[in-house]
Amino acid sequence: MSPTAPKTIDEFMAQAYAMEMEAAQRYADLADAMDTHNNHEVAELFRKMAVIEGKHGTQILEEMGWKSPPANAVAPSWEGFEAAESVPIDEVHYLMRPWHALQLALAAEQRAERFFATLAKSTTDESVRKAALELQEEEREHVELVRAWMAKVPQPEKDWAEDPDPPRYDQ
Amino acid sequence: MNDVATSAALTAANFKSAVKPVWCPGCGDYSVLSSVTKALAIIGKPPHEVGVVSGIGCSSRIPAYTSCFGFHGVHGRALAAATGLKVARPDLTVVVTGGDGDGYSIGGNHFLHACRRNVDLTYIVMDNHVYGMTKGQPSPTTEPDWDSKLAPGGTKIRVFHPLVVALAAGANFVARAFAGDPNGTAAVIAQAIQHPGFSFVEVLSPCVTFRPEQKEWKSLVRPAPVEATDDPALAARRVMGDDGLNLGVLYAGTRPAYALDYGRSPKNVSDLEMEFRV
Repeated sequence: MSPTAPKTIDEFMAQAYAMEMEAAQRYADLADAMDTHNNHEVAELFRKMAVIEGKHGTQILEEMGWKSPPANAVAPSWEGFEAAESVPIDEVHYLMRPWHALQLALAAEQRAERFFATLAKSTTDESVRKAALELQEEEREHVELVRAWMAKVPQPEKDWAEDPDPPRYDQ
Repeated sequence: MNDVATSAALTAANFKSAVKPVWCPGCGDYSVLSSVTKALAIIGKPPHEVGVVSGIGCSSRIPAYTSCFGFHGVHGRALAAATGLKVARPDLTVVVTGGDGDGYSIGGNHFLHACRRNVDLTYIVMDNHVYGMTKGQPSPTTEPDWDSKLAPGGTKIRVFHPLVVALAAGANFVARAFAGDPNGTAAVIAQAIQHPGFSFVEVLSPCVTFRPEQKEWKSLVRPAPVEATDDPALAARRVMGDDGLNLGVLYAGTRPAYALDYGRSPKNVSDLEMEFRV
């Protein structure tokens, strides 16, 4: 699967901005969902990720000298229906632990790294290729940061999904 | 400043309220909410020019999560309330949201007649083939062999086919979308809103609690292999022959929307009172 390479650096950075903001919004939505279900530890982690992704979006605006977000920028889908860096909405669980949340974040950063690497190979525009390689390198650094974060977080207990009052009774 | 177009236009965030959804984490309805707000941003009408109406059920909570006018109504009667709203306020864009139980069972009769009347509404049904809010009873779209504690061995009742029913009853726009594709779903919803008359969008929206196997949908759905048609009989044949996993606009009809003004609408409250005078 190969992303359609943007034709200009502006188009490329607008897509990159949309990717970051979609990822930020998804993390914020997941944080809200976890708060609602009293999983505040994971909510806090998702909230931090939302802030981080939002900052990446702001960096793009600053680098490009854009005073407001690019209009109509759509994040391209990659390895599925959604943008590379967005955590799939259906991969969370109300009892998940921070370790699980970081696993999802790690997978998202790895997808983003693959996305930019593939795009750098497929583009014919030198400025886009250079920017894609830079973003690939940033995503690689994020992969390492998430891995380091995971090393500090305890692995989930075996019975992490056990709920004495589950929403669904099968027996 | 370089040449990319930047804008202070409406964004999805403008259509979200401060109320946080209470759906189960992982529920497809989160994505549909995101798609609805993105679609409204695409349309570009401000929140005070949009009404979101619903019935009862998990997905029917959506009006509270938007910043538009909202009406969380009676079970199965969302389309009746929405029709009244649109007729009274034709200037509003009216979007109706709900689930398969609310829309196809309790509200089944309203669904038929909303299609037939062809009032300019957009009806978004989040179909998860189960009554989730009430703990997992089979709905009209539940597979006959779905075995559960509440329906041991399955219901053995054939499924309701909402898209075919909508086509037969006269809906002017019929589409199927998937919650796991929020941007694709937003584009379809925007198209549905812009299409005149009654537009029906069925969104496959997995219930991760009572139908966790529906998480597989994301590897099974695919774009419909053909373009939308304006021939309802052809659309119905195609839909009858597919496996329920083809996505996209399947029918875009040309029937004129229900005329909201026949030249006898009251101009003000006193005119209206005159009509009721005995």
